Amino acid sequence: MNPVLDQTWRDARGFFGTLAAIDHKTIGKRYLVTAFGFFVAAGILAALMRLQLARPENTLIGPDLYNQLFTTHGTAMMFLFAVPVMQGMAIYLVPLMVGARSIAFPRMNAFAYWIYLFGGLFLFIALLLDIGPDAGWFSYVPLAGPQYTPGKRADVWAQMITFTELSGLIAAIVVIATVFKLRAPGMTLARLPLFVWAMLVTAFMILFAMPAVMLASTALILDRLVSTHFYNPAEGGDALLWQHLFWFFGHPEVYFIFIPGLAFMSSIIPTFSRRPIYGYPAIVLSLTSTAFLSFGLWVHHMFATHIPELGKSFFTAASMMIAIPTAIQIFCWLATMWSGRLDLRTPMLFSLAFFFILVLGGLTGIMVASVPLDLQLHDTYFVVAHLHYVLIGGAVFPLFGAWYYWFPKLTGRLMSERLGRWQFWLFFIGFNVAFYPMHHLGLQGMPRRVYTYADDMGWGPLNLLSTLGAVMIAASVLLFIVNAARSRRGGMLAAENPWGAGTLEWATASPPPAYNFERPPVVRARDPLWEPIGEPPAEPAQVVGLAERTREALVTTVLDAMPSHRLVFPQPSIWPFVSAVMLTALFIGSIFTPWAVVWGAVPVAIAVTLWFWPKRGETLEHLALEKRP
Amino acid sequence: MNHRSLDVSALPSYKFGHASLMWWGLMGLIAIEGTAFALSVAMYFYLWSQASQWPLAAAAPDLRWGTLNLLVLLASIYPNHWTKRVSEHGNEPAMRLGLVISALFGIVLIAVRALEFTTLNCRWDTDAYGSIVWLLLGLHTTHLVTDVYDTIVLAALFFAPGPLEGRRRVDVSENSLYWYFVVWSWLPIYAVIYLLPRLTS
Repeated sequence: MNPVLDQTWRDARGFFGTLAAIDHKTIGKRYLVTAFGFFVAAGILAALMRLQLARPENTLIGPDLYNQLFTTHGTAMMFLFAVPVMQGMAIYLVPLMVGARSIAFPRMNAFAYWIYLFGGLFLFIALLLDIGPDAGWFSYVPLAGPQYTPGKRADVWAQMITFTELSGLIAAIVVIATVFKLRAPGMTLARLPLFVWAMLVTAFMILFAMPAVMLASTALILDRLVSTHFYNPAEGGDALLWQHLFWFFGHPEVYFIFIPGLAFMSSIIPTFSRRPIYGYPAIVLSLTSTAFLSFGLWVHHMFATHIPELGKSFFTAASMMIAIPTAIQIFCWLATMWSGRLDLRTPMLFSLAFFFILVLGGLTGIMVASVPLDLQLHDTYFVVAHLHYVLIGGAVFPLFGAWYYWFPKLTGRLMSERLGRWQFWLFFIGFNVAFYPMHHLGLQGMPRRVYTYADDMGWGPLNLLSTLGAVMIAASVLLFIVNAARSRRGGMLAAENPWGAGTLEWATASPPPAYNFERPPVVRARDPLWEPIGEPPAEPAQVVGLAERTREALVTTVLDAMPSHRLVFPQPSIWPFVSAVMLTALFIGSIFTPWAVVWGAVPVAIAVTLWFWPKRGETLEHLALEKRP
Repeated sequence: MNHRSLDVSALPSYKFGHASLMWWGLMGLIAIEGTAFALSVAMYFYLWSQASQWPLAAAAPDLRWGTLNLLVLLASIYPNHWTKRVSEHGNEPAMRLGLVISALFGIVLIAVRALEFTTLNCRWDTDAYGSIVWLLLGLHTTHLVTDVYDTIVLAALFFAPGPLEGRRRVDVSENSLYWYFVVWSWLPIYAVIYLLPRLTS
């Protein structure tokens, strides 16, 4: 521990200090904990739905509440858990993996977190007030339009989008700028860890996908609030416009949940196979081509509409093509494991489950990508099964693995391996028991989003089985919470690199100090910690010459990570928090009156200006260090 | 272990253009907003493709104010470009002047924009055509207002007493860059709002 650097880079303590914190590790942990909280909350909603469906003609939950439950469950899982949890991982880990002292734009990063938190609370508070959205997580018009959903329920959904997408977009810029400009000297793009590649690709996808849903939901709010007619066919609008805009975002969204899952896989598998990853260039190319392809698939969510048949064929072909880059990565991982020395610890178990579950989800994906079959299965439980196999297999299993894997880095302690194995098997078996029967229910014609079903449909036994699986999943998540809570206090102490991994986040203490690295590293290989020990190399191994009493960090060039200049990073500030509160008032006000946008903008502008305005003392301090280019 | 070290103490404290961190942040912003503009234009064409005639029930917007705005916007490139150049050369008095002129251009543009809204020949709640025209113009106006406000704040900063870091000049340079985006994005939107309905009717 370097006390001078610690003093320079540490967030202030106390209540005020907490609100002003900007350390990417603090913000990253907040993202992870918050997202996990929303995961549990949305999971409880799912458990309630499963209880309702456990037997035919059950009366536990009525149709109105049931609509709110499935809408909030889907919305929260997608927008408040799956995307932000991945961004939280990136925010915590990317600066460490690229050997940086800080994340780019740390105050913006803190601001994005607050916006995300407030947006998420807004959704759940609305649910508790009985104005939870009830038109499904994709909020189709005309159902969500002014005619069929009077009141504020659809507005809550649409404005929640504004919150989460704004936050997601900012986080994406932050990650891109960090990866491009703050890498350790020598970490050329060809030496970028695959985890960072995947997060970079994800961030770019977010830039081009999220504006679509923000635009769509803004137009929906306008239709509902000031009587525009974007989605009103009676006045020249069109309901399918919503579906196009939503899925132009919605399909890439699946991939920016899934690609971080691949990032975890590509970190965990080499470590527990004790060898560098096989086929690094092929994996990078697969990640980028998956990102490009994902923007050309959206119409496959719309096969049951009146779009032209030729268009459907095109999108079927495009959907099948996604199997190619995915398969390439799977074979690269298999080759890595085949030629490595396997160590089956808990993170690895979760990664192996990916192969089983995601492949099943992928196979049903190929089934529903074909138009005739999709017409039969559309809106049935088959689709529910498919999407849970893909999303939980592709993202949540690797995510649990990632949690076990990086927990020692975050806390300095290892999680219990015994409880981890129990949790894994409960989750793996529970997941399959809960979701596998849904394939059959869908084939038997059970529609999704029904709050109950008649006894003589014969769906009772499989639904009961599925509910039992849900109970096992709940037990598994509970076990995970117990494990995390116990290990945090009493787990086995972890050294810098408990797994013997090769990337830079393991080169610093666990948990890392506020300044990340006492001497920022210079990188000479793709797996810097696995460099062969031999002759001391001629090139330097660390960076010196950065100020210690000011938050100075090194900026490097985009492609080759050559040192470019020394940049002073901002101090913690309360203004991102205040700005987020002001903007929240504007957002919530504007679902009631359009004037909130005008008057609400005034305090936002003031707060943002004060945020930007430099402090005299800091300016003098920075001027003392300044060297003109 | 006796590692050799890379001494970076001689490096400068800031750089302009794509070497700076701020440039990449700005490019991210432009990518996002460019996507939003492109998708709004796509919405326009989509709604048009669903209509039997276009505009649905109105005359095309009057050319006067929109075209004036186009000309003033194009003219505003020069003071912004000049401000960007002097900011990079470190000529602070010239930069202050440039910021003031750029801000004045912006205020004129907002005033013309207000008049523009009055001659669209449609309301947002008449039909889908009106809605998308107001959305396009509103979206561009948001960018106009934000960047003019940004320019005013920067001007205030450089007129305020007290020392300033050299890297604040990078902010000025990037602010001009963002202004280019506001100008260039107006060209397709102008064409969509004002010219397309005339070409077809």
